[in-house]
Amino acid sequence: MVVLQAKNFVSPFKINQNMKNIILSLAIFTFSLAAYSQKIVIKGSDTVLPLSQKEAETYMKANTTASITVIGGGSGVGIAALIDGTTDIAMSSRPLKMDEKLKIQESGKAYKEVKIADDALAVIVNPANPVKKLTREQLEEIYTGKITNWKQVGGDDMKIVVYSRESSSGTYEFFKEHVMNKKNYASSCLNMPATGAIIQSVSQTKGAIGYVGLAYLDKAVADVAVSYDKGKTYVMATYENAKNKTYPIVRPLYYYYNPKIEKQIKPFLDYVLSAAGQKVVKDIGYIDIGK
Amino acid sequence: MKFSAKKFFEKIIEGILFLSSTVTTLTVLLIIVFLFKEGLVLFSQRPIEKNDVIAVHNDNRLTHISARQIKDIFDQKITHWNQIGGSNDSILLFSTSYITDYLSEDELGEDFSNLPAKVDSLLRVSPGMIAVVNRRHLPAGFHGKELQIDKITVWNFLTGREWFPTAQPAVQLGVLPLILGTLMVSILAILIALPVGLATAIYMAEVADSRIRNILKPIIELLAGIPSVVYGFFGLVIIVPFIRNLFDLPVGETALAGSIVLGIMALPTIITISEDAIRNTPRAVKEASLALGANHWQTIVRVIIPYSISGITAGAILGIGRAIGETMAVLMVTGNAAVMPHSILQPVRTIPATVAAELGEASQGGVHYQALFALGIILFLITLLINFVVEYISSHRKFR
Repeated sequence: MVVLQAKNFVSPFKINQNMKNIILSLAIFTFSLAAYSQKIVIKGSDTVLPLSQKEAETYMKANTTASITVIGGGSGVGIAALIDGTTDIAMSSRPLKMDEKLKIQESGKAYKEVKIADDALAVIVNPANPVKKLTREQLEEIYTGKITNWKQVGGDDMKIVVYSRESSSGTYEFFKEHVMNKKNYASSCLNMPATGAIIQSVSQTKGAIGYVGLAYLDKAVADVAVSYDKGKTYVMATYENAKNKTYPIVRPLYYYYNPKIEKQIKPFLDYVLSAAGQKVVKDIGYIDIGK
Repeated sequence: MKFSAKKFFEKIIEGILFLSSTVTTLTVLLIIVFLFKEGLVLFSQRPIEKNDVIAVHNDNRLTHISARQIKDIFDQKITHWNQIGGSNDSILLFSTSYITDYLSEDELGEDFSNLPAKVDSLLRVSPGMIAVVNRRHLPAGFHGKELQIDKITVWNFLTGREWFPTAQPAVQLGVLPLILGTLMVSILAILIALPVGLATAIYMAEVADSRIRNILKPIIELLAGIPSVVYGFFGLVIIVPFIRNLFDLPVGETALAGSIVLGIMALPTIITISEDAIRNTPRAVKEASLALGANHWQTIVRVIIPYSISGITAGAILGIGRAIGETMAVLMVTGNAAVMPHSILQPVRTIPATVAAELGEASQGGVHYQALFALGIILFLITLLINFVVEYISSHRKFR
């Protein structure tokens, strides 16, 4: 231990030189940031993240003075940042909750909502699972813990292993509001931190069930047809079914922002809603909204 | 002249060293004070939003309700008032997420101005109604009565078994499954890492010849530099299916997987520091033991290890500290299910993973935020306890 300390000892003069270098480079860095005339910070949903990143990239290629920073973390993280004022745009894969709207109102701010795309939520199971269709009621009972074995929904005699996202995820909230009718998830649900982890886990666990955005659907997992009319019609999650609204689990993707900064971000918003921006939406795997 | 300049110079260096050590100590103390300040506020809060009111019909027999009952009511597990001591009416729910069931966006009006009148009329008409709304959305003399709800107590927090910090309208804060999960994963990781680490350190310091040691040492130090996310992904892709196949389980995300990953992460620290401590045993001590007739193994066990026990303890404490506080790797392989762990082959949820996953979305100063800081306090105390135990065991050894 003593040897290590001796090696790390730097003479006071060297420290002064290092400090000078650090201060100088920090100054250059901040001045160079200020040179960008358009600076936008976008924070929030991991579902909207790849879309925002691609839009930002193509936008910045066309407008070299723009600088857009995109940060993930979950819809809840983005909205909390919007309420605290630490982000320009909050991207979210769910609409604002009532109490979030109240919180914004109480803090004296206002907000504006812009829908930029749609996303379909696919319910996935392991490829070896013979179950190919489920009703909304069955999904609700699986996720609240009432149904625990695949044989209760027409499959093999195998324990159902339920995968979900963490509570900061908009996907988690949307699934809870719309598919589970606002009921709480069972404590025994396995919470994975990211969609990629859910795909990995479902593909390697035979009795697994999970939910992911359509854009993340992979050959490693099998998606399940869903029925919202107690079993009369079952619909698969595809781009076409989501676009013509026959697939029931479709959620809008939003950008929320404070109207005070509207002028600053309007060029970027217009780009996202334009034909070029909506083509990017389709390429990434989400559903573009017709203008 | 030269003499006093040198002395002055030395005094300045001493001053800088003193200053930096003071600043470091103060920073650590301030962090601990901040942790306690933010966390202990939790125990003066109620489990519902600050200005929320639980209103029921005037004829309702209840005066008091618990957070657990509110959760079961809104989960529709309790459907009639007589299940919790009230009348035979079925329960009608109203809260912020149910507003749209009764009023459309236009009927609500600007700034929710029509809401108080609507809530008041609902309370007057339906005897089974329970409404959890902000005080601002109830008219001043509303036709109903308020139910009292207990504040969050330390006992309920530590022994509660359900962790739903984002449940509406009442949060469920029970951390017993989290504490047990953390203890289970950490203690198992220590049990895996300490023997293996110590054995490797002894091998490298005493038994291996210098060629092998020169290859092993940089490889082990390289292991210490791998980011924890990579360990997490390695655990998810390799260790989790391996455990699932080995024990024929329905799911591989278990406490055992978490412990193995944490054990591997703690190994480089334990090995490097223990090996340094063992190598620093003076030759005179070793040779004296050998001269007295002990063979190599007896020397190692009875002379060298007791001599270097303080260094080994330091390495163990650092390795254990890393294992207990690890978030990313554990988040990916333990399944994060907040249930009471009955065996190591079951998903668990640890405190660091909980804080890492939830702190981003907790709004500053809210109940969720304070609950996470309270969890931080508990983690801090667990780490302190384990460090004291390790120190006690090693100091006990020294005086034998």
